[in-house]
Order: sequence, then C-alpha cells, then structure tokens
Amino acid sequence: MSTTVDSRARAAAPEKPRKKKAQLSDRARSERKLGWLLAGPAFVIMLLVTLYPIVQALWDSLFSFRLTAPGDKEFVFLGNYATVLSDIVFWRDLGVTLLITVVTVLVELVLGLALALVMHSAIKATRGLLRTAILVPYGIITVVSAFAWFYAFDITTGYVNHWLSWLPMIGPDFNWFASAGPSLFVIMASEIWKTTPFISLLLLSGLAQVPGELSEAARVDGASSWQRLVRVILPNMKAAIMVAVVFRALDAFRIFDNVFIMTQGQYGTETLSLLAYRTSIGRLEIGLGSAISVILFICVMIIALVAIKVFKVDLTGGSGEGK
Amino acid sequence: MAAITMEHLVKKYDDGFPAVNDISIDIADGEFLILVGPSGCGKSTLLRMVVGLEDITSGDLLINGERVNERQPRDRNLSMVFQNYALYPHLSVYENIAFPLRLAKGQFSEDEIDRKVREASATLDLDEHLERKPANLSGGQRQRVAMGRAIVRDADAFLFDEPLSNLDAKLRGQMRTEIAQLQRRMGITSLYVTHDQTEAMTLGDRVAVLKRGQLQQIASPRELYEQPVNLFVAGFIGAPSMNFIPARVDGAVFQTPIGDIEIPERVRERMGGAPEIVLLGLRPEHFEDAKFVDEAKAGHGTVFEAEFTHTEWLGNQQYGYIHYQQDETVQHKLNELAQELDADEMPAQVIVSLDASSRIRGGSTSKIWLDSRRMHVFNPETGENLTRDAEAGAELTREANEERKSEIERARQRDGARTSERRSGQTTRTGTADRDRAGAVGHDRAGTADGAGGSSSVR
Amino acid sequence: MLSTKQKIGWTVVSVLVLVYALFPVLSILMTSFKSPADLNAGTFLPSKFVTENYEQIFVGDAKELFLPALRNSIGISLIATFIAVVLATLCAYAIARLDFPGKKLVLTTALMVSMFPVISIVTPLFNLWRQVGLYDTWLGLIIPYLSLTLPISIWTLAAFFQQIPWDLERAAQVDGATTWQAFRKVIVPLTLPGVFTTAIIAFFIAWNDFVYGIGLTSTSAARPVPAALAFFTGASQFEDPAGAISAAAIIVTIPVVLLVLAFQRQIVSGLTQGAVKG
Repeated sequence: MSTTVDSRARAAAPEKPRKKKAQLSDRARSERKLGWLLAGPAFVIMLLVTLYPIVQALWDSLFSFRLTAPGDKEFVFLGNYATVLSDIVFWRDLGVTLLITVVTVLVELVLGLALALVMHSAIKATRGLLRTAILVPYGIITVVSAFAWFYAFDITTGYVNHWLSWLPMIGPDFNWFASAGPSLFVIMASEIWKTTPFISLLLLSGLAQVPGELSEAARVDGASSWQRLVRVILPNMKAAIMVAVVFRALDAFRIFDNVFIMTQGQYGTETLSLLAYRTSIGRLEIGLGSAISVILFICVMIIALVAIKVFKVDLTGGSGEGK
Repeated sequence: MAAITMEHLVKKYDDGFPAVNDISIDIADGEFLILVGPSGCGKSTLLRMVVGLEDITSGDLLINGERVNERQPRDRNLSMVFQNYALYPHLSVYENIAFPLRLAKGQFSEDEIDRKVREASATLDLDEHLERKPANLSGGQRQRVAMGRAIVRDADAFLFDEPLSNLDAKLRGQMRTEIAQLQRRMGITSLYVTHDQTEAMTLGDRVAVLKRGQLQQIASPRELYEQPVNLFVAGFIGAPSMNFIPARVDGAVFQTPIGDIEIPERVRERMGGAPEIVLLGLRPEHFEDAKFVDEAKAGHGTVFEAEFTHTEWLGNQQYGYIHYQQDETVQHKLNELAQELDADEMPAQVIVSLDASSRIRGGSTSKIWLDSRRMHVFNPETGENLTRDAEAGAELTREANEERKSEIERARQRDGARTSERRSGQTTRTGTADRDRAGAVGHDRAGTADGAGGSSSVR
Repeated sequence: MLSTKQKIGWTVVSVLVLVYALFPVLSILMTSFKSPADLNAGTFLPSKFVTENYEQIFVGDAKELFLPALRNSIGISLIATFIAVVLATLCAYAIARLDFPGKKLVLTTALMVSMFPVISIVTPLFNLWRQVGLYDTWLGLIIPYLSLTLPISIWTLAAFFQQIPWDLERAAQVDGATTWQAFRKVIVPLTLPGVFTTAIIAFFIAWNDFVYGIGLTSTSAARPVPAALAFFTGASQFEDPAGAISAAAIIVTIPVVLLVLAFQRQIVSGLTQGAVKG
C-alpha cells in the first residue's frame, strides 16, 4: 500500500531535506530545540506513566512481598515467576485469554469486514445512518455493555432464556453464568459487539483506498463478486487488515472489564488481567501480582513483535495514516 | 471478433437526468470507433453501458446480433483499458496479464496461460518487465500492461476509456501510434472514448460526436471536418476551431463585421429558407495573406481588409487574430455554443491562418483572402448546417471505410509474412538478423511471396 | 436506478445493522424502566414503564454511590482529556511541522504506550500511590489516564496536522497579516476541527476506563462511574441492583450517544486517521 511510503515521506520530508550533522544553520538548530521543547513534555509524561511502573513492577516481582505483612519483604529473585509458571491456574487463564483473543478477533474481522462492505457500498442516504448506528457501540462504556449483555442473559433478570426456549439445550432454568462455556460465549459476545465498529471503521478506510476501477476492471476481466473480493479487494487492503488485527489482538489480550462484571473470573473464565488484578489488588500479593503483570507485558510485547517482524505490519504507517 | 449494435440506448439516473439519450450506433466487425465530446456528454457512460458496468435504462445492446443488456460484464467477453489502467498493484506484470485467464477456472492449463501471457508481452514489448510490480513501471509501460491484459483474452472487442489522458504529451503521441497499429494488426472491433480530438481524428475509422447524451453526428474524421451537420460538431472538431461570424444576406454578398463576402454559387443554391441573419463557419485555413495567393486561386475567393490585433508565429505556420464588433442577436447563441464546447465564452474574434513568411503584424491593416467556396453557413437558431452536402460527406466516409479494409488486409499480410520470417529464422538459426532486415525493408514483397503460408499462420 | 429488489435489500441490511448496533442499548434502556417486580419477569419490555430506578440513583438510596461517581467521572475525564489534548497539540505540531531528530521515536513511543497492558501499570501504581498519598484522589487517576489519552491524541493530531496546508500561514503573512493574525485567522480555524475531534475521542477513552477506576480508588472520593457500577452489586442497601445499575448506565451513555450523533463524521475520520485503538 502506498500509504506507508507516503506517511514516511511526509514524516521525513517536511521543511528541509538537509540531514548533515556538521553545518547546521542557526535556523535548523533552533528548530530542533523548539521541536523537542514542544514534543518533550508529552514524551516525558508517556514514559513516566508507563516506563516507570513497568520497571517498578519488574523490581517488585523479585521480592516476596505482601501488603498484609509488609515486614516480611524478602528477595526471592525469580521465585515468584517460578510460582506463577508452575501454577495450573496461570496456564488455564492464559488459555482462556488466548481463546478469547483468537475467537473475538476472528469473528470481529469477518463481521467488521461485512459491516465495512455494507457501509462502503451503501447508497448515500443509508451510509450516514449506518455509520452513526455503528458508532453507538463504540461510544458505549465497556462496563455498560457488559451489564447490558449480562442482564439479557442472566437467569433472574434475563429474557434470552424465554426467547431461546425452542432450542433443546435452553430452558427457563438455564444458567449462562454457571459454567465456562456459556459464560465465555456471553463475554465474547459483549466484547465483539463493543469493538467490531472500531475494526470495521479501520477496514472501511482501507476499503476506501482500493480504487473502484480495480474492482470494475476485475468485473470486465471476468471475476465474480466473490472473486473480486478475494482476489482483488482483500489483497489490496492487506495492510489495513493486518493493522486492525494487531491492534484488536493486543486489546483483546488485555480483556478485563467484561469478565469482571459478568463472572468476576469464576467458573474458569478468568483471564490474565483478572488474575493479575486479583493477586495484587484483591489479595495484596504485590510480589506475585507484579510477576504476573510483567509476564502479561512480555506476552503483549511478543504479540506486537511477531506482528511487526513476522507479518511485517507497519503499525506506524498502516491503514490509518492514509488520506 | 464482433459487431456491436446499440439501438436507442438510454441511461437515466435517479434524478431523471438522461446521461445517454436515445443513441443508436452500429459498429462493424473490426472497426475502430471513437466516442468524442466535451466532458459530461455521456461518452464514458455509454462505454460503461456497453461493457456492462452501468445498467441500461432502455434500448437494446447487441453483440454479434445477440441482446446482452442483462448480461454481467464477465459474460460479455469484452476487454477494457481504464483511464488509470486499473492494474492490480499486488500482482506482478505477468500475473496482471494472466489474471483474466486465471479467473476462467479450468479453461486454460498452466502452459496455455504461460504461452498466451508471453505472446501478449512479446507483442507489447514487456518481456523484461514481467516480474515487476505495476508501481515500479513508467506511465507508458503501465499503459502497455493494461493493453496486455486486454489482448490476452481473445475478447470480442476492446473498449478504451480515455486511456492516454494520464500520459504526457510526447508519450501520448507514441502510445496513440502503438494502439492504432495494434488495432490494425489484430483487426479487432474497438470502441474508444476520448475528449481529445487529435486522438479522435487520428485513431478512428469513424467518430461519433456526442453532446449532452445525444449523438450529433457519426462519420469518418474527414466528413466530420469537412461536412459537419451542425454548429456544435463544426465548433468541436478542428484546432484552432472554426470561426463563426454573423452575416446578413444582402443580395449577392454576406455583410459581416469583418467585411463583405461574396456569396458563392454553391452556397446560394442552398440558402432557401435561411433566416435573415446566419452564421458563417470559416476555418482558419480558409484564409490567407492576400500577397501569398496566386492569381489562379485568387478568383475563387474574396479579398477584404482587416485590422489584426496580434499574430502568433509558430515556425511552420502563423495565426493572425482579428477582433470585430459582435452582433447582439447571435451573441447568446454563440455563448450557448461556447458553454456546450466547455469554454467560457466565444470571443468576438477571427483566427486566420497565414503563411509562415507573411509580414502581417499586430496593429496593421492588411488585405486577406478568403476561400469562400469552402465556407459553411449555419442557421443560428437551429444550429443546422445549411450548406452541408450529405452525399459528398457519405462518399468521404465510404472511402475511409474502404481504406480501412485494405489497410487491415495489408497489415495482416505483413504480419503473416513476419511470422513466417520468424519461423524460418528459428529453424535455420543462421542469418536471422539479415533476414529480419530484409523482411523489414521488403514487407510487401515477402508478404505476397509467402502469401498462402503467411495468412494461414494468422489466427 | 435502484430496482425494487435492491431497495428491499438495502432496507433489510440497514435494519439488521441498526438492530445489531442498538439492541443491547435498548435492552438496558428497557431494564432501566422496569419495576422491581418486572425485573424477574423474563420479558424484554417492562409491563409498565416506571422511573423508580432513576429516582433511586438521583434522590434515593443509591444517590450516595452514583452522584459522586458521576461528578468524578466527568471531572477526571475532562481534565485528563484537556491535559492530553494540550500536550498532544504541541507535540503533534512539532511532529508535523518541525524537523528534529527523534520524531520517529516520539511516535513509536506513543504507539507502544497505547499497546501497554493497563493492568501492568495498575499494580505498581497501586502500591506507589498508597505511599505518596495519591491513592483514591482525582490526581491519582488523572495521571494514569494520560497513558490512555495521550498516545491516541498524538497520533490522531499528527495525522490531522500533516494534512493541513501550512503554506496558507505564509500566504496570509504575504497578504499582510501579522504572525498573530495569521495564527488566529488561518491556523486556528484550520486546526480546530482536528483538535476538537481528538478531544472527543480522548474523552471517550477516559470515560470508558474501568481498570484504573477500580484499582486506584476505594471510596466515592475519586471512584468514577464504571467502577461505581460494579460496586452497586455488592451494596446491601437495596435488593436487586439491576434496575439502578441500568438507569445509571443509561445516564452515562446518553452524553456519548449525543456526541456520536452530532459528530459522527469527525469521529470516523479521527479514528481512522489515528489508527490507534479507541
């Protein structure tokens, strides 16, 4: 996609191409100074609010330290990590987190693409309406979404059981939030509902960058609508798709709100974020909780690195930047 | 190969505006037809209706006598070159050309695809670029890849939607020649949309001039130029365009703001029922500096004096500009015409072509000569050309038609000759270069000598 | 021209999308109008629309929980948005307009911060804030909120600013405007839409936060609405919190929906330009 080149060129080009270190004019020097003066505060704050906590977490994770007994702080080096990694609960939670990530991202990708295609080909009058409607889930607070889905499925307040009573599995007494499978289903439904609009908007902008002429040319060349989508349109919005997938995957991996509201992580629905929260803030085990936080951080970094190195996703250029 | 017939084609949009209004055109097998007109005249819409990208509101579209109105583009077996080429950026040049073949699943084997792609690339001189991506190609190369994708399919006809408008002037000329030669060589029916009249005049066997969705005239370039049916066609075809001067009939002369012009015999015969004020259509080359007109010719025209505002010397020719007082009765008609021609207004000036060595300069009053035999007279209200000679016009188009046929025939023979040349070169593997040179010099002879074998090797 | 078939097709598709987008909202809206007896009736619509739940959160038992939370949410989100947008505007201006080494570094940092797992920040901050006295204060939330709002603001604004025809500023000066006039009459009108859109998106994100909200607060002194909603459940003073929670949820959803309705075009362009998660 040319946008990548574009944004780079734009990022590098403005003002003057001069890159020589030696003779900087006064103007260039003062421009550098002003540049850092303006960008500096934001930069420093970003580092302070993320770099400091993760370093602190790294440090804390090397100690056996619980707030209930602050005097017992003891250096255990990687002991906390050994504890975490040998705990079956951690692996179960990692599994749940990965399951949620993979399922939600896949469903959102398909659903988001469908929505994007609908918005893209919709006639003008409909397009505005659809776009507004689709933004509603995006604007809704995740917790509110969680409650909305929870109350709809809940055994006491819900109506879904009545609506779905024709299904063999489901009677009025079916409790969705009593076992992992059904709970995760509702959790993922809420997550998917809330975040698909974001993905579909990213895909829509990617779609808009594929010239209409290509699709027309393919029609004349003999392509069916499915062939046009798969052989012409999708390959040409690969960058947008990859960016959307990476952002959403990283986001889904951190899932917390929906699970917390609906099950508090019970019945085998706990995710890594919830485990970290429960350990450090719930049980005040700072050392152990920090270790989990660090592991979570490392997981996110690995996903990002794999995306950038293996799949060559240019997150800094990608779909968004496009005009 | 195919003949395309449009019968009363209409395209109406939701707001009821007819972008294409009742157009009927017959395109003969192997003919190169141009659709030309100012922007918004419906020429691209018409093309897109033919290829199937726009629905037809009413009327019939026939390809080889079969009605195809409802068919999907992919079932019409036409190929099209788009304005921006529409090359698939994610595919190499090779795959771009192979794309239509790959879509027809199971129809072509890998070997067939490879052979066809390589044939097309050889024809278009793309062999070195097959593995490159379109983004790394020059404008001319992209254009050729688009052509390659069109020819690889053995389509029934080629459609072109302003294919040269994104190239610079020099390349445009070159590609124009290539397209013309390719079309002649393949003898394939072609429909070509452009707003550039040079392309229209040089490429087309016939040219259809459109205005606001309506067909004005369809004829050979020469007929359009010499026997236009109305003001619009007369004004659209030709650069610099035809001068329109209001004239009052006064006995044997036209009284015009630039002087009195004698009414030629041919014109007088056709002036029955003409309004009091008419518009004279005079092409720049109908004029000449009176000093450069020899005695024999001078008698056919009128000489009058005019004051030049300025002249433009272009090396091989020279244009002089004469301003005059516009007659208000025709002003609004001329402004209307100007708008139809995509211009803002019609200046009250006459552009005359002068000999390059003429010494007439701005500010001087000089004698100029007008070849009044070639003038056209238009009814300013209806725009109709009163002096049009339909028979002479038809004759011009008929001639053009015959010329085309023999040209295609010659091209095929030459092609056949070249093919057999190449074959014998391959088998003997010696003296190939000599043979090629000989072939290049003596096409015709080789063509006749190898006639039988040659033509059989053409598909 | 659209055939009847196409028209029906589009209507069906539009209705489907509308149902998808609005059904959960409608669902909770209906719940918010149910009387306690209706709550367990297992129906989508209340048998009778009552405002009891709204009364409860504004003047009734739950007001102690809800009103301070609403105040906290609004205050903290607005301040965090304001700081982020001001800092991001300066930063994005520098990125779009000035040539300085490290430009790419700033953008990459913003990207990485936006991908940071929030929970990994909460744990150490939880401990630190308790030591320095920022735990359960507005400032204690505003600072970590910047980790959410700042990166996306920088990305969105940088993308906006890169599209602004800055030459107009010089053109205005050539036309006789002073630097200040050029700034006020040319630059401000050009940049304002981008800044405004960014502010809306940043506000959405701050408004949406839950993890910081429950991790770094313990009382109504600073607890924002999403966190407070979660605690409605545990409160013992009313029987079934579903009605009150739904009413509160609707109250905090209304401003967002209004913003979306009013500025959907700008939000879409802002979101897709920044490409960073919202």
